[in-house]
Amino acid sequence: MRPDAASPAFVGAAEEALTDSPPPPPARRRTSLRDQIVPIFTSLASVALFFGVIAYVVTSAPEWPRIKRQFFSLDAMIEAFPAVLRGFWINIQVWLIALVAIALWAMVLALARSLRGPWFAPLRIFAIVYVDVFRGLPALLLVLLFGFGIPALNLPGLPSSGLFWGTVAMILCYAAYASEVYRAGIEAVHDGQRMAAKSLGLTQWQAMRYTILPQAIRNVLPALLNLTVALQKDVALLSVIGVRDAVREAQIYTAQTFNYSSLIAAAVLFMLATVPMARLTDYISRRDRLRRLQGAA
Amino acid sequence: MEDRVSIDSVTKYYGSKLVLDRVSLSVRRHEVVCLIGASGSGKSTLLRCINRLVEYDHGVIRLDGVATEDPSFGKVGLYRRIGIVFQAYNLFPHMNVLDNITLAPRRVHGVARRAAEDKARELLAGFGMSEHALSYPEQLSGGQQQRVAIVRALATNPQVLLLDEVTAALDPELIGEVLRIVRQLKDDGMTMVIVTHEMGFAREVADRVCFLEGGRIVEQDAPSRLFASPQNPRTQKFLQRIIEAGRL
Ligand SMILES: Nc1ncnc2c1ncn2[C@@H]1O[C@H](COP(=O)(O)OP(=O)(O)O)[C@@H](O)[C@H]1O
Ligand SMILES: [Mg+2]
Repeated sequence: MRPDAASPAFVGAAEEALTDSPPPPPARRRTSLRDQIVPIFTSLASVALFFGVIAYVVTSAPEWPRIKRQFFSLDAMIEAFPAVLRGFWINIQVWLIALVAIALWAMVLALARSLRGPWFAPLRIFAIVYVDVFRGLPALLLVLLFGFGIPALNLPGLPSSGLFWGTVAMILCYAAYASEVYRAGIEAVHDGQRMAAKSLGLTQWQAMRYTILPQAIRNVLPALLNLTVALQKDVALLSVIGVRDAVREAQIYTAQTFNYSSLIAAAVLFMLATVPMARLTDYISRRDRLRRLQGAA
Repeated sequence: MEDRVSIDSVTKYYGSKLVLDRVSLSVRRHEVVCLIGASGSGKSTLLRCINRLVEYDHGVIRLDGVATEDPSFGKVGLYRRIGIVFQAYNLFPHMNVLDNITLAPRRVHGVARRAAEDKARELLAGFGMSEHALSYPEQLSGGQQQRVAIVRALATNPQVLLLDEVTAALDPELIGEVLRIVRQLKDDGMTMVIVTHEMGFAREVADRVCFLEGGRIVEQDAPSRLFASPQNPRTQKFLQRIIEAGRL
């Protein structure tokens, strides 16, 4: 006989299940002060030991005093610092202006390449050739070509400053990379999004503007930030065409005093600018990954 | 002219592969037609031909007697009058529910933001989803997302609604809440063409069921007759397999 709802045995079982409380949750392991401090202390100690040994080996070398004088002289750093900082301000300005120009120009290239339809073939081909050319050339070559070559032509109506043309070279070069990042982001957006947009009556352009691009940019933000960091450093290439950026100013000091501490001072400035950006990139990537995990759950 | 949608001998190739073979089908006003058939039989393609989401090679489809390629529909008229909902919801993940619903009215049809949002909220309220207006798709269950997708398709007051396996991606316990909306739409008199694997639902809601195989409508009939006594041997075989799988 199958027990049904009316049978006494069934009622009894149900009641038992309700009145009986479930087994308690596992007791949370109490972490004593010692349990908390020991790991922290251990990692501090191992870090100190690791870097301590390196520092000891380096500074106990017989050449250390000479190295210190040549590279880490505080006096030389302080002396060179105003000029290096002035130069670094140029790096920052070029970087910011180039960033804006690259973001826009790369977007134009990426859109040109992802347009569908026979009428857009010339734009597509232009974008493909452009990216092949400018991604294939060393940035240094472009900077030399633009920074020295174009001013030498004395073209009427065009600026003749090396700073201007060097910046243009950086923009043209980095836009090629950035457009490929955008394009990867655009192509990664699921096709169903395009279909949904089309079924709602959005034109190809509206679908891009309102549905595809916002998702694409969000997905490639970490990659774009990495490019931003790389650009910040590569602005120093302009020093080869005589732009007095941080590296150039540091070099001038070195040439006068045969002391390299000015370059180390410049290096510190670059680090101060790029490390926070690298951390920001990490943070955004991690946040995105968490969001995707939650979305999947 | 009673037919809302009339499909006349539509043929569609993908490359050299014949996907729809001279399909003819008429849907009257307020009628609900269900398309059933094995996967790959051309159900989705047929649905997407109706609002010209895909182009077909031969034949003509008319909406209220006017061929859908007629210039009088303009660029977007057809999309306004025929709504479609997909299996994978395809909501825009970077927009909240309200923005998803009002995107087309505002950007395509020039409705003012305020009016579009009022209408969207009214629709959401009608389906008991007011509290989700400002949620993002990822914060909603599959069933809630699909209901939002249905509301989005309704936001332009379409005269025909196309549903493509709208419950196929859902966990079983969420299917009911989506089917309830479809029933509600039927009661409101919406003309619908529904592709579904839920045979029980097709039997309940359809005025007519069409069985597709190899890009052809093999048999169509009222659900009571088609499910109880299919005439065509291929329909019998298909339904037999469904019964064996415990889906009928
Ligand atoms: N975009 C496409 N390109 C090429 N073939 C396609 C495409 N979409 C669908 N097909 C093919 O058309 C046939 C019918 O597909 P579909 O209409 O999706 O069937 P169903 O919805 O009944 O499963 C299938 O053989 C499928 O492989
Ligand atoms: Mg399908």
